[in-house]
Amino acid sequence: MSDLAIEAVHKSYDDVKAVNGVSLSIPEGEFAVLVGPSGCGKSTLLRMIAGLEAIDEGTIAIGGVTVNTLRPRDRNVAMVFQNYALYPYLTVFENIAFPLRARKVAEREIGARVQEAAELLGLGDLTGRYPRQLSGGQRQRVAIGRAIVRDAGLFLFDEPLSNLDAQLRDEMRIELKRLHQRLGKTFVYVTHDQIEAMTLADRIVLLRGGVIEQEGAPLDLFERPRTRFVAGFLGSPSMNFVPAQVTVDGGSVAVTVGDAVLAFPPERAAAMAPKLKTGDGVILGVRPEHISREPGQAALTVTVDLVQPTGTRVYIQFRLADTEVTAELPAHTVERPGATITVSVDMGRTVLIDPNTGLVL
Amino acid sequence: MSANPLLPSRTSTTGRMILAMVVTIAFLFPVYWLFIMAFKTPEEVFASPPVWIPATLSFENFAVLFRDGDVRAIMNSAIAAGASTVLAMFFGTIAAYSLARFKTGGDHLDIWIISHRMIPPIAIVFPLFLAFATLGLNDTYIGLIGLYTAFNLPYVIWMMRGYVEDVPLELEESALVDGLNRWETLLKVVFPMLRSGLFATAIFTFIFAWNEFIFALILSRTNVVTFPVQVSHYFGPQQILWAKIGAMSVLGTLPVFLVVAMAQKFLVRGMSMGAVKG
Repeated sequence: MSDLAIEAVHKSYDDVKAVNGVSLSIPEGEFAVLVGPSGCGKSTLLRMIAGLEAIDEGTIAIGGVTVNTLRPRDRNVAMVFQNYALYPYLTVFENIAFPLRARKVAEREIGARVQEAAELLGLGDLTGRYPRQLSGGQRQRVAIGRAIVRDAGLFLFDEPLSNLDAQLRDEMRIELKRLHQRLGKTFVYVTHDQIEAMTLADRIVLLRGGVIEQEGAPLDLFERPRTRFVAGFLGSPSMNFVPAQVTVDGGSVAVTVGDAVLAFPPERAAAMAPKLKTGDGVILGVRPEHISREPGQAALTVTVDLVQPTGTRVYIQFRLADTEVTAELPAHTVERPGATITVSVDMGRTVLIDPNTGLVL
Repeated sequence: MSANPLLPSRTSTTGRMILAMVVTIAFLFPVYWLFIMAFKTPEEVFASPPVWIPATLSFENFAVLFRDGDVRAIMNSAIAAGASTVLAMFFGTIAAYSLARFKTGGDHLDIWIISHRMIPPIAIVFPLFLAFATLGLNDTYIGLIGLYTAFNLPYVIWMMRGYVEDVPLELEESALVDGLNRWETLLKVVFPMLRSGLFATAIFTFIFAWNEFIFALILSRTNVVTFPVQVSHYFGPQQILWAKIGAMSVLGTLPVFLVVAMAQKFLVRGMSMGAVKG
């Protein structure tokens, strides 16, 4: 059993609270991603799980055993570091064999297990090479090989793909996900990249300022963000936030954005009406992909400022209520800036945010 | 065909070669003179005009050193320098690791340690002589080795601290997670990573102890006379034994030369070791 239970954990460096009362429970076999902007405490939390940082307060338990005072090597965890942390004076074979030798595994077994790990990661022919003779992607594979060769219960990844170029990162992401499915072990993965978080995770733990802002399944966070920060952090391009005024009329709810009045569909309005009153100032959160050129109820006429084609899609920018807004449309929808077009907003998928608390209403 | 402006012209290359040869000869001549003196007969040493190239190479000067037991000074130097280098390197590297990784002693301990190196030996050698006399350490290997170790430690700590800080912390952390304890990490990860730094520092430590004169002169009488002290004995009030000085200097220079020549191979290999990140 290698589930992970974190209970009210605190960590300070001098006056700075790096981790401020985080509680988290990750069941065995889950792929959990700790994500957040730099300085949010995600790496510190990972290092506390590994035993590389002392815990000021709270407890961390792996497989039901409290590990607060256990040394890293006694926690049955394996870790992959951002800079690979390969031993430059050892060959690929010896690098992967290192954890086995450290644990005094029999020599016969070492050969077989290293070969197996190397084959699994496509390093079969490279075991005689030194790290300096490998590409970045190959080095990261060796680092992963060193982690999986030992039968650890919990795998920790500290931004393992951030040193790779974009294409390699996509490939390695797929490999990591496949590896997780194959091993069925608990993975805890730290990244600042929300795309990695969305694509890899069974559960995203979004941290900010040393506390958990929100945790849950990726689509859950994406579709039902609890705060403006979560809504803005997940998704690329990020969500647009536009100041708006609420109008409640019986069971119907609309917001005024600049000159336009955008009405919520009836089922959404019914749920929202009791929480709002006419004249409330709110922030309307709209994802770029929820703005389309299909005719709809909530239509806006806008002048395009900027056009950014990506090939399959095109991002256009326009101003709405003195705010820059991005919309993601199918390619070729808009060819050049300056055009005046009508777009509609899928109001059923927007969020309303209280400007004072930052909470989603 | 026009000349490639990036390459020096032929005339300037010839000029540089001549200049280089002149400089090389000027620098190597004293070394040559010292070595050749060791192989001259007494008449040739004092001949005027000087004998630039002796007719035959005489090994008599060396034979005398062996017959009289003067070569024991080389052995004494080897023991004092060798043992103190090993001790200073071991304890110094551990201390440097502690300073670099655990900030032992706060922010200023390292400055305090290196400040010891600034004391001129002559300022402490006579108090040391009295202390050694009380402890019965004068003219003993233990006394000399201990003193050289103590005197070299600040240098080793200072140098090795820099090298330790260059070892990526992630390598050690990875080893700790993989199953090693701190001591094993030090031995199997940190020391191999420090190899070039260890050699470079050890060479300087060894050379310092090998060449050290003041401490050895005051703190030795007959048992642990080192090579520089032995050479100084050849400057008598009545005569200067040039032939012995030459022969002894050759014997005293060769070991250091060999150590550096051998270690150079390791130094180059150490420096070509791959970086961690790429």
